[in-house]
Amino acid sequence: MSSQRETPFVTDDSQVQTDTRDARMTGGGADNRFNSKLRQAFGSSPFILTKFDQFMNWVRGSSMFMLQFGIACCSIEMMHTYSVKHDLDRFAAGVPRASPRQADVIIVPGTIVSKFAPRMKRVYDQMPEPKFVVGMGSCTISGGPFQEGYNVIKGAEEVIPVDIHVPGCPPRPEALIYGVAKLQQRIAEGESSPVTVKPYELQQFDDLEQDEIVEQLAEEINEEDLVMRYNWADSP
Amino acid sequence: MSLEEPTPDDGVVEALPTGGDEIADLLGDLVVGREEHMNAPGFVIRPDDVQETLRRLRDEAGFDHLSCVTAEEREDRYESIYHLTSFDDRQREASVVVPTPKDDPASQTAEPVFRTADWHEREAYDLIGIDYEGHPDLRRILLPDTWQGHPLSQNYDKDRPQIVTLKEWENPLADDHREEEGDTMYVNIGPHHPATHGVLHVKTVLDGEQVVDVDPDIGYLHRCEEQMCQSKTYRHQIMPYPDRWDYASSGLLNEWAYARAAEDLNDIDVPEYAQVIRTLGAELCRIASHMLAVGTFALDVYGDFTAIFMYAMRDREKVQNVLEELTGQRMMFNYFRLGGVVWDLPEPREDFFEMIRDFLDDLPEALEEYHDLITSNEILQSRTIDTGVLPPEVAKSYGATGPVARGSGIDYDLRRDDPYGYYDELEWDVVTEDGCDNFSRLLVRLREVEESAKIIEQCVDLLEDWPEDERTIQSNVPRTLRPDDDTEIYRGVEAAKGELGIYIRADGTEKPGRFKIRSPCFSNLQTLPEMSNGEYIPDMVASLGSLDIVLGEVDR
Repeated sequence: MSSQRETPFVTDDSQVQTDTRDARMTGGGADNRFNSKLRQAFGSSPFILTKFDQFMNWVRGSSMFMLQFGIACCSIEMMHTYSVKHDLDRFAAGVPRASPRQADVIIVPGTIVSKFAPRMKRVYDQMPEPKFVVGMGSCTISGGPFQEGYNVIKGAEEVIPVDIHVPGCPPRPEALIYGVAKLQQRIAEGESSPVTVKPYELQQFDDLEQDEIVEQLAEEINEEDLVMRYNWADSP
Repeated sequence: MSLEEPTPDDGVVEALPTGGDEIADLLGDLVVGREEHMNAPGFVIRPDDVQETLRRLRDEAGFDHLSCVTAEEREDRYESIYHLTSFDDRQREASVVVPTPKDDPASQTAEPVFRTADWHEREAYDLIGIDYEGHPDLRRILLPDTWQGHPLSQNYDKDRPQIVTLKEWENPLADDHREEEGDTMYVNIGPHHPATHGVLHVKTVLDGEQVVDVDPDIGYLHRCEEQMCQSKTYRHQIMPYPDRWDYASSGLLNEWAYARAAEDLNDIDVPEYAQVIRTLGAELCRIASHMLAVGTFALDVYGDFTAIFMYAMRDREKVQNVLEELTGQRMMFNYFRLGGVVWDLPEPREDFFEMIRDFLDDLPEALEEYHDLITSNEILQSRTIDTGVLPPEVAKSYGATGPVARGSGIDYDLRRDDPYGYYDELEWDVVTEDGCDNFSRLLVRLREVEESAKIIEQCVDLLEDWPEDERTIQSNVPRTLRPDDDTEIYRGVEAAKGELGIYIRADGTEKPGRFKIRSPCFSNLQTLPEMSNGEYIPDMVASLGSLDIVLGEVDR
């Protein structure tokens, strides 16, 4: 038996209590393994005094459910961001969700073409509010290297609102993590992109302005069908 | 198999006509004119003789591989070119040229002879506007159904507005139902679905749990790669685009496809030293690509996001680090130049070689891990063995290449059969498996990783001992390349997914007149209905995973 075990039980525990309390208040010492930022913010008091919407913003930014949404080259780098080495989960932006109804952030990783834009709009619409969009890569900014393509939408912002643009072709995982962290910061501060009418919206076919192309397609498309009309000449 | 040229069976191969004149004799009256492409003799035929010509070439001259169908609009005519070659001897090639008049671009379909012509001709109809008579299902394939005009034809108006629908798909078998309530159920898989490896839409009709009909609907990532290449100059501007065709880290393999075609077209030599570096880089890319294929396949079959997928990503990170050292980018390398590579190996060279050797030393253990986790796992075996069966004859008819063909026992690899780069100087084997099922295709990929590692090791040995004053990374290439008017070439390389071919027609300017990409995934994906109809739906998902498609390359 060691001599330490033989010493009598410490009766003067004031010192111990103080250490623990200090550690809890400053976030250092033995209690550092707990959520130190919380401790720093709230001290040792068990009560939190804050505005509810501020609290909600903080919660939203700290637990983001991403949509598993792969389009093109950037989705490979996005997979790398989710998996070992980069591990986006460390930043409270966890394992991707397969269903848009469970997700609140959509990363748009790649070129959007005319056939896909209506589908992407539909997926975006299916996500519950509040929802946020990270545009990943040059294609979601401007169409990127494919901007001149006859079939390419000149950026995700033509179709859905985008909160954060991450440039690059493709952006490195570190860049995407930075973008997500920036988004979290914005959310925590209560900012979000205004939802405006985009150049390309889903609308009913019979609501379109009558012109040459509508007349040509009148026999092929039902009046109630949702369509997206692309005005290539006006796009940037 | 070794690297030696496959020894022809006595008499059989020699009897096949190989020269242009011999083939012309065989075709007789069918030939109305002759052309000379840089890779093969071209035979001009009448639009209504397509099936007869192709059938004769396939059955009597051994051209059993319709590699690609190129369509283009010329000044005075439309043209479809059928690039034929042979699975037994890749260096035997023939082009069948079918001109059609401007006012009535219609020619006979080749679909009854080669099943692969189905999608190729649909693409030609979609982008160029040639009508194929007798085609079973001639509708748009890459662009939306409601698109107006054919974008690669000459008088296409790019500024014209277009309308695209978001409609609910209908069960194509609904008409067969005897009663109001149907027996079959219609399921859309994709275009946004984790199991489709991108933006593929699979229209699936189920009877209970069995697949009755599956129709892959592609085009959700058609980003006009051919138009992009046609509007850029040969020397520097085209090279960045190949990286984005097959973006699963196969960049250098794709760049090589363009480099090979353009170098042969412009008669550019590549220094031996650069060829070794190219070979090294390309095989690293192949490993990265196969790792992704294995990881996502496990994801499809197990739904396991934590173990195998992460292991595969871990190994990919290692390869990407090496590639980043070499090229400066993780995925979009843009490292090849016509006539060589852009810069030499990174300094200090010893550290770079050390890095590769470290990776290669760890690889056997990693592969052991994969075999423990995947191939020797009973659950995976029962899911994959004898499911998604693709018999070799069917695979050939669909023009399947790469691991998909080699998993069906077809011994076909362009690195050996049509040598380029430094492959014919190195010691390695072509991997084939005879199972024809999902398991074989997986096993081929894992074994090919070993072969690639062998090649890389030999390249590192060579590069280490390369004399310092002979390290030429580029040959002299003129600043502006203007190949002669009307020269045509079709060249392929063995990319990670199979035969990646490039057809270029020069028009006397510094930009290609027609740039056509023969994507291996495009042809491989066509086999999906053949593998899945009548099988259970989870097996369809496994088959799709085992094809290892990349939508950027399918849609281009």
